[in-house]
Amino acid sequence: MSTRDWLLEDSPHSRLQANAGRAYRVFTALLRNPLSVLGGLIILILVLTALLAPWLAPYSSTGQDLANRLAPPSGAHWMGTDELGRDIFSRVIWGSQITLTIVGLVALISAPLGLLLGAVAGYFGGWTDRVLMGITDIFLSMPKLILALAFVAALGPGINNAIIAIAITSWPAYARIARAETLTIRNSEFIAAVQMQGASPLRVIVGHVLPLCTSSMIIRVTLDMAGVILTAAGLGFIGLGAQPPLPEWGAMISRGRTFILDQWWVATMPGFAIIIVSLGFCFLGDGLRDVLDPKSEGK
Amino acid sequence: MAPMLSVKNLRVSFPTHRGRVEVVKGISFDLGRERLGIVGESGSGKSMTGRAILKLIRKPGLVTADRMDFDGIDLLQQTEKQMRAIRGARISMVMQDPKFSLNPVMTIGEQIAEAVVTHEKLGRGEVQDRMLSMLEAVRINDPKRVAGLYPHEVSGGMGQRIMIAMMLIPGPELLIADEPTSALDVSVQAQVLDIIDNLVTAKGMGLILISHDLNLVSRYCDRILVMNAGTVVEECAAGQLEQAQHPYTRGLLAAMPVINETRDELPVLDRSQWAGT
Amino acid sequence: MSQNPTTAATLEVAGAASRRTRRRLLAVLGFVATVLLTFLGLLAITFFIGRVIPIDPVLAIVGDRASNEVYQAARVAMGLDQPLPVQFFHYVVNVFSGDLGQSVSTGRSVVEDLSRFFPATLEMATIGIIIGVVLGVPLGVIAASRQGSIIDQIIRVVGLLGYSMPAFWLGLVGLALFYARLRWVGGPGRLDIFYDGLVQPVTGLLLVDSLLAGEIEIFWNAVTHLVLPASVLGFFSLAYIARMTRSFMLDQLSQEFVTTARVKGVPERLVIWRHAFNPIRVPLITVIGLSYAGLLEGSVMIETVFSWPGIGNYLTTALLNADMNAVLGSTLVIGAVFIFINKISDVLYRVLDPRAR
Ligand SMILES: Nc1ncnc2c1ncn2[C@@H]1O[C@H](COP(=O)(O)OP(=O)(O)OP(=O)(O)O)[C@@H](O)[C@H]1O
Ligand SMILES: [Mg+2]
Repeated sequence: MSTRDWLLEDSPHSRLQANAGRAYRVFTALLRNPLSVLGGLIILILVLTALLAPWLAPYSSTGQDLANRLAPPSGAHWMGTDELGRDIFSRVIWGSQITLTIVGLVALISAPLGLLLGAVAGYFGGWTDRVLMGITDIFLSMPKLILALAFVAALGPGINNAIIAIAITSWPAYARIARAETLTIRNSEFIAAVQMQGASPLRVIVGHVLPLCTSSMIIRVTLDMAGVILTAAGLGFIGLGAQPPLPEWGAMISRGRTFILDQWWVATMPGFAIIIVSLGFCFLGDGLRDVLDPKSEGK
Repeated sequence: MAPMLSVKNLRVSFPTHRGRVEVVKGISFDLGRERLGIVGESGSGKSMTGRAILKLIRKPGLVTADRMDFDGIDLLQQTEKQMRAIRGARISMVMQDPKFSLNPVMTIGEQIAEAVVTHEKLGRGEVQDRMLSMLEAVRINDPKRVAGLYPHEVSGGMGQRIMIAMMLIPGPELLIADEPTSALDVSVQAQVLDIIDNLVTAKGMGLILISHDLNLVSRYCDRILVMNAGTVVEECAAGQLEQAQHPYTRGLLAAMPVINETRDELPVLDRSQWAGT
Repeated sequence: MSQNPTTAATLEVAGAASRRTRRRLLAVLGFVATVLLTFLGLLAITFFIGRVIPIDPVLAIVGDRASNEVYQAARVAMGLDQPLPVQFFHYVVNVFSGDLGQSVSTGRSVVEDLSRFFPATLEMATIGIIIGVVLGVPLGVIAASRQGSIIDQIIRVVGLLGYSMPAFWLGLVGLALFYARLRWVGGPGRLDIFYDGLVQPVTGLLLVDSLLAGEIEIFWNAVTHLVLPASVLGFFSLAYIARMTRSFMLDQLSQEFVTTARVKGVPERLVIWRHAFNPIRVPLITVIGLSYAGLLEGSVMIETVFSWPGIGNYLTTALLNADMNAVLGSTLVIGAVFIFINKISDVLYRVLDPRAR
């Protein structure tokens, strides 16, 4: 039996085989959609760039060359140099590490947090639900960026605080999704069966409810990542996110502001990196949604 | 006498991920000023046939036919603009469920008036009069009040009568009624069909009544087409249904409950008897 | 017999009317309650940010060079010696009586500052949303009615760019191109320097004030300065509005009543605008409201780029100076406006749709 047959078997023999088969089917469906392939490629390139930055970047991210400051794009400096003579191309490459860190940490903090709150609210219902969802709704009807700004203002500028602030403002959407999913799962027969076997609520939620929320969660997180990147860049731009000399893309644009009228490349180049990576997440998120949740197309 | 509508080898297909799929596979029929019933199970292509006659199958759906003539006009050659002059004014269609087929944010009066105004230049008062008398013709008691209501404010039976008024007001020669009563309560089904029947007979129109209820079609129609999986399997006069030959029709007939029945169980269609998909 | 149905109908209408008013009253009360509750939530969050997170909120207000006496006095004046719930209560009372404290950097009260800066933001966001609606709605409708066409593809790309382009970057690129290179528009700020202060602020909206004063030249100068930042904001609302319009329209165009209209022989232009578009006007109002609220938020970045003397610029300046009262005050005002627009567009939905009436 070939691996493909094993993956596509109608009645899988183990949980591993079932999961692998499902993943394979999602993967092949994604491959049929050119935009999601493009999105996946962009994200793959982002990850590789971040991992291989020391080898890919032609110059160091902080090495100054004052004799060569504000040089326009050329063969030696593909994206030109900034006001301290640093190679912008190299800094954009090093910056991918920061972007990836922000995106990853925000997803790792906010998604599980939202998932847990939503699942608990949906599972227990009653007052727990009302209080938790009341808080969620309040957060949801608030401007995210402004809230993140205020949090960073209180916590102090810096990349870690920026990550915390963004995570604090992005969990509510996940809580809503998780609650909605939990509500539909909660009354199903198999949950009743698990409960009858005496499983504790924690076990039911973690072991049975949460896994079923993952697919809608993955779609939403992927789609949200573009927004996270933009917010992080915005914080960097205002001067509250990553601090110099870190090559964070938003902060780089902010440095280039002063020279925008004559040396346009300083501010423009990092922007392209932001756009491409955000688009990558949008494409992949759209594709995932079409494959995993065809109902909600276009919403 | 030349038939009013003549259809030959009509095919409707849609692209799917398994290639183009034909849902109507070359059906032919002629229609005079008479009442033709089309019966068949769900998905057999009845609605697609009705819509194809009006050329309302949207891309990527594809309609082909050797001939599709209406009153000497070759429908296949008509431009979209020419078709618009035919739709409503000469051939019209009543759809299945008034809940979905009436515009939810336009009043009933506006929607009926639109059907006239699209085809005739009339004064405001004249339109109003035509609309109110048409509503009366479909036995709506308080037409002035009803004309000001929104579709969600009327019952299903009333909605379908409004739909009929809207489709008949420009005075078409052919009415296609696509399961006009299947979304309605049994108690009002007969009433709605009687209204259609009376108006069609009084105006000497042609009628295509689409349904999956063999009983009903044989009561209201002169001739019957039985469709299955996109093809016509049987064509006969309504009175001669009992002599139908095709096993599919026989199966349908056998599965029909009869008053004072002594059978304990209705037979199930045995699909192995005829060559199909 | 002929009399009875009319009376019954009249009675029924009267009953329905009173039921309707009662339902409306309840809806209004519910609306006020949720707005107040959400606003209290917003206050709780700003309170938390201002008084709980900072290790020493007094220091955040008086600065670290203050003497011990000043520090202690400030601590008592801020009520920080009292338990948290009491502090929160005082905070809420203060906010509702219009006291947001003093700004350290401008030396004025935050409320005064905000009312001075808000009109500039309002002017920019309003022109932005007008651009977004006037272009976005028709583009979305056209894209949906010609699904798969070039226009449809362009709208898709624009929609995605709206989600993935940093607003501040687009603003900078716009400045470099249209101001520095092409000289089509005015530069940063609301006016050229030599026009500054010539017009007496009445409404605070420069376009209106300059016209009121009869200063056509200043009006045009204000227009050249406003057009670029407003267009940048407009681009983002256009992207969102067009995308949503397209998706609503596609939904409508697949409805049965649209086929009904075609069966009647209604021309395609009317099928699209009268039958498919009319039902989505109400949900579109919600989308436009959300987008407008989003522009108020987005203006924070844009104002920084264009040195636009609005509330966003005030907020970012305050952020960099750790001027906590100003930060929290602006957060509160932007948040409140945001919440209000959000909830209003929600309610409008229910009031305007004949199906929900
Ligand atoms: N856009 C489409 N793409 C592919 N297949 C379609 C499309 N529209 C309809 N079909 C298929 O065409 C077939 C015939 O549909 P049609 O609506 O004519 O059936 P019907 O006989 O009217 O059934 P019912 O009694 O349920 O109304 C169905 O099998 C349906 O799945
Ligand atoms: Mg049908």
